[in-house]
Amino acid sequence: MRLIKALTLAVLCCGAAQTTVAQERSGPLRIEITEGVIEPLPFAVPTFIAENPAAQEYAQSIAQVIAADLAGTGLFREIPRDAFISTITSFDSTIQYSDWKAINAQAVVTGAVSAAGDGRITVKFRVFDVFAEAQLGDGLQFGGSAGSWRRMAHKVADAVYSRITGEGGYFDSRVVFVSESGPKDNRLKRLAVMDYDGANVQYLTDNSAIVLAPRFSPNGDRVLYTSYETGSPRVFVLDVGTVQRRALDVPTESMTFAPRFGPDGQKVLFSLTEGGNSDLYAMNVNGGGIQRLTSTPSIETAPDFSPDGSQIVFESDRSGTQQLYVMPASGGEPTRISFGQGRYGTPVWSPRGDLIAFTKQNNGRFHIGVMRTDGSEERLLTASFLDEGPTWAPNGRVIMFTRGTQGAGGEPALYSVDISGRNLRRVPTDGSASDPAWSPLLK
Amino acid sequence: MKLYSKAILMVLAMGLAACTNPGRFGAGGAGGADGSGFNSANLGGANDPSSPAYFQQTIGDRVLFAVDQSTLSPEATQILTQQARWLSNNTEFTALIEGHADEQGTREYNLALGARRANSVMEYLVSQGVSPSRLKTITYGKERPLAICSDEACYSQNRRAVTVIAAGGLS
Repeated sequence: MRLIKALTLAVLCCGAAQTTVAQERSGPLRIEITEGVIEPLPFAVPTFIAENPAAQEYAQSIAQVIAADLAGTGLFREIPRDAFISTITSFDSTIQYSDWKAINAQAVVTGAVSAAGDGRITVKFRVFDVFAEAQLGDGLQFGGSAGSWRRMAHKVADAVYSRITGEGGYFDSRVVFVSESGPKDNRLKRLAVMDYDGANVQYLTDNSAIVLAPRFSPNGDRVLYTSYETGSPRVFVLDVGTVQRRALDVPTESMTFAPRFGPDGQKVLFSLTEGGNSDLYAMNVNGGGIQRLTSTPSIETAPDFSPDGSQIVFESDRSGTQQLYVMPASGGEPTRISFGQGRYGTPVWSPRGDLIAFTKQNNGRFHIGVMRTDGSEERLLTASFLDEGPTWAPNGRVIMFTRGTQGAGGEPALYSVDISGRNLRRVPTDGSASDPAWSPLLK
Repeated sequence: MKLYSKAILMVLAMGLAACTNPGRFGAGGAGGADGSGFNSANLGGANDPSSPAYFQQTIGDRVLFAVDQSTLSPEATQILTQQARWLSNNTEFTALIEGHADEQGTREYNLALGARRANSVMEYLVSQGVSPSRLKTITYGKERPLAICSDEACYSQNRRAVTVIAAGGLS
């Protein structure tokens, strides 16, 4: 009797293992981000180990930020702490796989934090593929000032995310945006910057002048935006570190707006209005080198460079309605790329170079959409009363945008959505917000 | 007597300049300040054809536009013809023409559309004999709606160009 039982157990044991392997992806722990419906991958991030008492306050918080980053993608589902069977007591020992299998955790992230006396902390982590019963990739360690603990948590989450999805990360990034207050007919606006998840907000201007549509420089150190502080719309450059700002040195009284950096961080692309007509110009951010790129009686605005700087996408109503066009960065014959029903605007080129996101208006509804850079495969990701102004996450897989609600009490807020159209979520801001622009991944 | 009335006129002009501040949305903040100690209803109220109040209320300081358009309607042309005449008769005034759009559009496109509307008005005034050196344009895009409901009754009021007059030179 016992023998049969033992044999059965053994068979079950092996059978179960084989079944598990069969259920496994053909390879290590992996999520393929496709357009199909997927089941979020269950994971656990136990509280990190504090290697000394001073690290205690960071150990839990860092684990929580990591878990929130992963769960916030919609691709991972966090298993709550109270479901855990075993606890992590040592960073160096391997985990008790059976305890994690029992609660269906497929990935476990363990870590440890130590705080040196000099205001620096060190964070290290390991990721385990529970059903393969093996560590996934190498352990890593990050060091930095204690004040940058959230960045370290985001870097851990980026590493975990990358290993499991094969995509680049995006959590260690900032978003510059316009913080809004006041009634709809007398809005007060000010520039602000925050972590992508809403933490660490810093205001860059006061609300004494209308500010609009900021954009980061390629390394995130400066912001270009449109400001009314001189009385009329003009392009301004602001240094994020010093918060010093100055008007772009355009030798004209004309209105300028819609500024963007080129990938070299020196070139600025913008619209300039003369005689009521808006055309695209380029110049050096430090002055000089002004180049006129379009000369048509139609509206040309909302441009964006391709990541390699060789092309520009922009909106123009030269055909009679607002549509998207691509032209060489030096100017020259534009090619229209939008052809669906409705109006298209605010094109932004993905950092991966493969897609252009845009705002589309049709039948009184607004949509955020994406299309290939030749205009093919247009897909709409959202629909509402007023969605506009998409910006790409550094990995080209998530888009943030402004959503406004209707009516006298209408307020704008920031939302993010996956490029599959899934996982639409509000980005937490203190009050109303608009015109987000995502930084590159921070170094 | 001559000196006395000249003095009154000068003081009045200064007072009116405070009333009709061309940067009346400030540099983007709240509405224009009225620092004048004068009651403009007594001197040069809406019944006085040479007063800014007459321009604003009797002639009309604004024209409206169709969705996505900057062309002037017949009604607009009538109003602007009278605006031009007033400006020609009151040469101590200059004008800042504001172009606005409703919320049914993207932010930067609406800035460009507002600029187009302001320019349409300016070109018409120039065609009616007003010197371009007395005129300036600005766009507010969709940033400064007058009416804040989200339907056509409000949108139509927001698709506008407003001629804001000021005594003295343009700032």
